[in-house]
Amino acid sequence: MPELAHHNPALAHQFENLAQQKEASTLGMWVFLVTEILFFGGLFATYCVYRHLYAAAFTAARRELIVWAGTINTAVLITSSLTMALAVRAAQTGERRLLMTLLAATMALGCVFLGIKAFEYYSEYIVHHVPGPGFQFEAEHYRHAQLFFSLYFMMTGLHAIHMIIGLAVMAVMWWLSYRGIITAEYYNPVEVSGLYWHFVDIVWIFLFPLLYLIGRHAH
Amino acid sequence: MPLPPQHYLNNGYGVKSWLLTRDHKRIALLYLAAVTFFFFIGGAFAVVIRLELATPAGDLVSDETYNKLFTMHGVMMVFFFLIPVIPAVLGNFLVPLMIGAKDLAFPKLNLASWYIYMLGGLFTLYALVTGGVDTGWTFYTPFSTVSSTTKVIPTALGIFITGFSSILTGLNFIVTIHRMRAPGMRWFRMPLFLWSMYATSLIFVLGTPVIAITVLLIAAERVFQFGFFDPARGGDPVLFQHLFWFYSHPAVYIMLLPSMRIVSEIVAAFCRKQVFGYEFVAFSSLAIAVLGFLVWGHHMFIAGESVYAALIFSILSFLVAIPSAVKVFNWTATMYKGSISWDTPMLYAIGFIGLFTVGGLTGLFLAAVGLDVHVTDTYFIIAHFHYIMVGGTIMGYLGGLHYWWPKISGRQYNEALAKLSAGIIFVGFNLTFFPQFVLGYLGMPRRYHAYPPEFQVLNVLSSAGASILGVGYLIPMVYLMWSLRYGKVAGSNPWGATGLEWTTTSPPPTDNFTQTPIVTQEPYVYPRVEGRVA
Repeated sequence: MPELAHHNPALAHQFENLAQQKEASTLGMWVFLVTEILFFGGLFATYCVYRHLYAAAFTAARRELIVWAGTINTAVLITSSLTMALAVRAAQTGERRLLMTLLAATMALGCVFLGIKAFEYYSEYIVHHVPGPGFQFEAEHYRHAQLFFSLYFMMTGLHAIHMIIGLAVMAVMWWLSYRGIITAEYYNPVEVSGLYWHFVDIVWIFLFPLLYLIGRHAH
Repeated sequence: MPLPPQHYLNNGYGVKSWLLTRDHKRIALLYLAAVTFFFFIGGAFAVVIRLELATPAGDLVSDETYNKLFTMHGVMMVFFFLIPVIPAVLGNFLVPLMIGAKDLAFPKLNLASWYIYMLGGLFTLYALVTGGVDTGWTFYTPFSTVSSTTKVIPTALGIFITGFSSILTGLNFIVTIHRMRAPGMRWFRMPLFLWSMYATSLIFVLGTPVIAITVLLIAAERVFQFGFFDPARGGDPVLFQHLFWFYSHPAVYIMLLPSMRIVSEIVAAFCRKQVFGYEFVAFSSLAIAVLGFLVWGHHMFIAGESVYAALIFSILSFLVAIPSAVKVFNWTATMYKGSISWDTPMLYAIGFIGLFTVGGLTGLFLAAVGLDVHVTDTYFIIAHFHYIMVGGTIMGYLGGLHYWWPKISGRQYNEALAKLSAGIIFVGFNLTFFPQFVLGYLGMPRRYHAYPPEFQVLNVLSSAGASILGVGYLIPMVYLMWSLRYGKVAGSNPWGATGLEWTTTSPPPTDNFTQTPIVTQEPYVYPRVEGRVA
C-alpha cells in the first residue's frame, strides 16, 4: 500500500487514504447543511404563511425595524464570507500566517455582526417590541405585529446562535493552524468549516429581504 | 468449535472500553441496551393502559393520569424506540460490515449520537418522574402551548435533542454508503438492507430538522409567550399540525423501511433464492421515502383542510400502496418454489408479511377521505398504526435480531424457545389489536379511560392479548442473554447466507475484515436447489 509509506497522522483508521477522508468529510458537511436548510425551512414556511395572511400588519411591523443596521450587517457578513473564502485558499496553499490572519478577520467580522444585532435587539427592547405581556403596538395591528416580532426574534435569534457556533468553529480552526496541524496536504477542516460559515451567511441573505425589505414601499 | 481468539467483544474489557468506544459494533450494542430499556418503560405504560381498559368504568387511574399514561407510552415508543431501533442497532452493526468497510465514516460522531440520544432520553425521563406530560405524543396546539400544565418543555427538549442523534446517524450512513464501499461493491450489488438504510437516512436528514424546529417553536411559545400557534395571539394551530406531520408521517417509513428490508434479507436466505426483482425492490424503498413526504395531509382530513387539498393528499396516500405492494409481491415471489427452512428469523419474516398486509390494507381505508372521517380518532386508527409499527417494525426487528444474533454474539440461541416466543408474539399481537379494529369501527374513541359497557368483551380480549404479547417479548430477553454465555458457538456463517457480513468471523474482529474484501457478484447468489418442484 503506497499510503503506508507516506502516512499522514491526520488520516483516520477507517479510511484508505486522505482523498477518501476529504471526500467523506465534505459530503458529510453538505448533508448536514441540507438538514440546516430544512431546519430553517420550517421557520421560513411559517413566516411565509403568516405574511400572506396578515400582509398589512407585517408591513406595519416591518417599518419598525432598523433598516440601516440590517444593511450594514449584510455588508459585514458578505465581507466575512470573502475573508473565509480567502482563508480556505490560504489553507490550500499552506500559507499559515495568512490563514491565521484571515480566520481572525472572519471572526472579527462575525463579532461586529453580533454586536450590531445586539444593538438592534436592545433598541427593540426599549420601545417594547419584544413579544409578551409588555408588547406595545398600534391597536389595529397589535396581535399580528406581535406575531411578526415573534418570528423576527426566533429567526434572527436562531441565526445568531448559528453565528456563535460558527465563531467557536473558527476559533478551533485558528488553533489548529497555530499548532501547524492544517497543512497544504490536510486542509479540509478549514474547507468544511468554510462551507458552514457560507451557509450561515446565506441564511442571512434570505432573512434580510424577508424581514427588512419586503413591503418597504407599500403604504 | 471455539470462538475466534480475537474479536470486537474481547478487545478490551471494563466500562471505559465501552463508553469511549468508537467501534460501530460496540456502539450498536450500547444502543441495543438503551432502546431495550426504553421499550420496556414504554411497555410498562401500555400494561397500565390495558389494565384500566379491562373494565368499562374509569376505576384504576384518574382521567388525568390516563392522559399522561398514553402520552408517555407514545413518546417513549415512537421517539426512543421505534424510530432509532433498527437503524441505530442493526444498521450501526451491519452497514460497515455489509459494504466491506472497517467502520462508519465518522466513528466519533457515531458515539456522540449515542450520547445525544441518551441525553434526550434523560430529559424525557426527567419529565416523566416529575409529573409526566398529558398532550398526547402529537403535542397538538393550542392545548400543548396554552392549556397543559404538565412537563411539556422538558419532553419537547428531549425529542429535540434525540432528533439530532437521528440526524447524525443518517448523515453517517449516507456518507458511509457513498464513500466507504469496498472495491466492486457497486450500488446494484448492495444488499437490500443497505438500500433501506440509505432511504431511511434520507428521511432522517430531511424530516428530523422540521420536527426539531417545530418542537422548538412549541418551547418558545411556552417560555417567551410567542404566539406562533395560539389563535388568541394571531397564530394558527393547524400550521402546527402541518409541520408536525411533515416529519411524523415520514417517520412511519423510518420505522418500516428497514424492517421491510430485513425481511427481504431473511426471505432470500431461508428460501435459498435470489430476491425476485431486486431493482424494483431497491427503488421501491426510495419511492416510499419520496412519497412519504407528500402525504402528511391525510392526518388532517378533519382539521379544516380544503376539499381539494384533501383530495390530493388522498390520491397521494393511495399511491404509497404501489411500492408497498411491490414489496409484498416480491417477498411472495421470492418464496415461490424456494427451498424454505422454518428457522426463527423466517417465522418472524412471515409474521411480518401477514401483519404488514393487514396494516397496509387498513391504511387504504384511512386514505379514503369519507371513511377516514368516520373512523378518525377511534380505535380503528390505533389498531391500524399498531399493525404497522408493532406488527411491522418490531416483527422485522426481532427477525433481524435473531438472524444476525450469531454474528453479533458469536453464539446460537435456543431455537425451540425462540420459535415458541415468535408464535406467542404473533398470537398475542393479533389478539391485542384485531379487536381494536372492530371497536373503532363500532365507534369507540381513542384516549378515553372509560367506555360504554357494550365494548367490554372486545376490550377484555385486547387486554388478554396484551398480556400474552408481554410474555412473548420477555422470553427473547431471557434466552438471548443466556446464549451470550452458554449458547452453542455459531461459526462465521450458520445460515449459509450470502453477504459480506457472513464472510468474516463471528463475532467479527474490531476492524471487521482481515483484508479489504473485493466484491465480484450480485447479492443473493444462492446455488440452485435441484429436485424441488413446487
